Amino acid sequence: MTDPKTLYDKIWDAHLVSEDDDGTALLYIDRHLVHEVTSPQAFEGLRMAGRKVRAPEKTIAVPDHNVPTTLDREKGIENEESRIQVEALDKNAREFGIHYYPVNDVRQGIVHIVGPEQGWTLPGMTVVCGDSHTATHGAFGALAHGIGTSEVEHVLATQTLIQKKSKNMKVEITGRLQPGVTAKDLTLAVIGATGTAGGTGHVIEYCGEAIRGLSMEGRMTVCNMAIEGGARAGLIAPDDTTFEYVRGRPHAPRGAQWEAALAWWKTLYTDEGAHFDKVVTLKGEDIAPVVTWGTSPEDVLPITASVPAPEDFEGGKVDAVRRALDYMGLTPGMKLTDIAVDTVFIGSCTNGRIEDLRAVAEIVRGRKIKEGMRAMIVPGSGLVRAQAEEEGLAAIFEEAGFEWRLAGCSMCLAMNPDQLAPGERCAATSNRNFEGRQGKGGRTHLVSPQMAAAAALTGRLTDVRDLL
Amino acid sequence: MEKFDKLTGVAAPMPLVNIDTDMIIPKQFLKTIKRSGLGVHLFDEMRYLDDGSPNPDFVLNKPAYRDARILVAGDNFGCGSSREHAPWALLDFGIRCVISTSFADIFYNNCFKNGILPIVLPREDVDKLMDDARRGANAVITVDLERQEIHGPDGGTLHFDLDPFKKHCLLNGLDDISLTLEKAKAIDDFEQKATRARPWV
Ligand code: SF4
Repeated sequence: MTDPKTLYDKIWDAHLVSEDDDGTALLYIDRHLVHEVTSPQAFEGLRMAGRKVRAPEKTIAVPDHNVPTTLDREKGIENEESRIQVEALDKNAREFGIHYYPVNDVRQGIVHIVGPEQGWTLPGMTVVCGDSHTATHGAFGALAHGIGTSEVEHVLATQTLIQKKSKNMKVEITGRLQPGVTAKDLTLAVIGATGTAGGTGHVIEYCGEAIRGLSMEGRMTVCNMAIEGGARAGLIAPDDTTFEYVRGRPHAPRGAQWEAALAWWKTLYTDEGAHFDKVVTLKGEDIAPVVTWGTSPEDVLPITASVPAPEDFEGGKVDAVRRALDYMGLTPGMKLTDIAVDTVFIGSCTNGRIEDLRAVAEIVRGRKIKEGMRAMIVPGSGLVRAQAEEEGLAAIFEEAGFEWRLAGCSMCLAMNPDQLAPGERCAATSNRNFEGRQGKGGRTHLVSPQMAAAAALTGRLTDVRDLL
Repeated sequence: MEKFDKLTGVAAPMPLVNIDTDMIIPKQFLKTIKRSGLGVHLFDEMRYLDDGSPNPDFVLNKPAYRDARILVAGDNFGCGSSREHAPWALLDFGIRCVISTSFADIFYNNCFKNGILPIVLPREDVDKLMDDARRGANAVITVDLERQEIHGPDGGTLHFDLDPFKKHCLLNGLDDISLTLEKAKAIDDFEQKATRARPWV
């Protein structure tokens, strides 16, 4: 009998090309996703060495970071450097013969939304991308993580990656989530509990009843932020929810291949008694809608709490909190629900999927956003946008006063023109609240789509449960 | 990747400690689509005045050092962000060897991926080379990787240590990709096996 294995162990073993005595391994990569910011030098490297893309049929490219999301985007990209980066991807994708979704394709969107939507991401795969939020794809029970530009080139040329194996970590969420509490609150609560370095050196497997109860969209939200918890990747074992989501997608297997795939996918779970190096358990019932108050994703509190004081912390964090509060313009003791926001951003690879938009529509239906509020909804892909229009969600958003945008990363990182002004305060559904992340001097509070919707209506951070 | 065996060239002195990757290549140049062409922005903020003209006081702007191939630098060179643009900028300028008492870890590894030899030496040796480097165009030194030796302008010889595997890669111009391609057979075999087991991938 073989030793019991974790889900991570199983996927790792299934992709091991070779392993040296010192543990340096060559891992086969099933899917390589590419965007315009981290890939130009990699393609240039191939060209200079006269190399080809080894498996163009397993390589998918889409521009997302630099693309404008305003309705007039067919006018082209104004910023010259951004435009050149996107044009370079156009050229590289065509020249090297990889799958490509250009800006004017309805399937274009944020790379981590497009991959699953098109059925490129499947259970048990290894998935990489020159982008840290590749962790998103772990929701399918795929081993997915971000890589650097040299590694992008390495994967393009060899379809493998040189790796050392990480440790196994289990995050179990027992019980159920309360009404008004979402996958976003869950994943932020985990980071709040473990810290941004809590997962360092580990691959996290999320499990437990509360995780099982999540839709695929919710699971992607959870795994997306595994990276903010310091982990190399996050995983959720595939189950019927996963299989139903995948079935019928353009690049999912069909017929006899579907049956064969399904048979293997059903073996992808952690065996009874398998070893985890680290275990964290949270009760689903204990999780409240949360917001971040500082400039690190671990600065999380329930919306019912107040802004903490530097003295509430220890060690190096005391100074960090002092700096964060100063940057965020907050005073200790102030109630979180008293914080007024100028802007609401709903979108990103964390919360730019159809279910997120449905949740927003439910809160804002028949209501108006606070006067003077700048509020935008940026769907994660052109298809999400089309579906939201078909379902009548777009009309609800526009009626309520939201700007309804085209797909892209947008104000998640402000590489395109969607940026915060210095001091501008934003409730955002994205994943990073670092200084300057959404624009120089901008202040970001990370929240769920529901909480962002509530903030748009009231003009301040708000407990969405009061509006349900 | 270009092989590195023997390098003879002018060494420029940069005694400043903690030269970080932001100083080596500031963030506004990360939107580029190239590895090449970053040489003109190398040390941008120190190298150019506010009006964009070259700062005559900056070492690499001095006539004697314009063609420097080697940097002799202060402690902890290359600290800060992991940007591979830093070694790319050095290489594009023509620097293929940096000598210091210590390097930041990621920068050190990134150098090898780009055919640059970072050499760690004891303080007294770095001080000696720093003095040599201050002699302008006469500061020609030779780095012999095979023998792990540095020959100074006065004929003195210094020995340096290096991980044998990294040395092997540099000497033969092997980057990670070339090395992995040596295992092409194993990858082919794996691919065939995997395609049989998981034809839907
Ligand atoms: S939406 Fe934000 S986090 Fe996601 S890929 Fe784009 S920039 Fe990165």
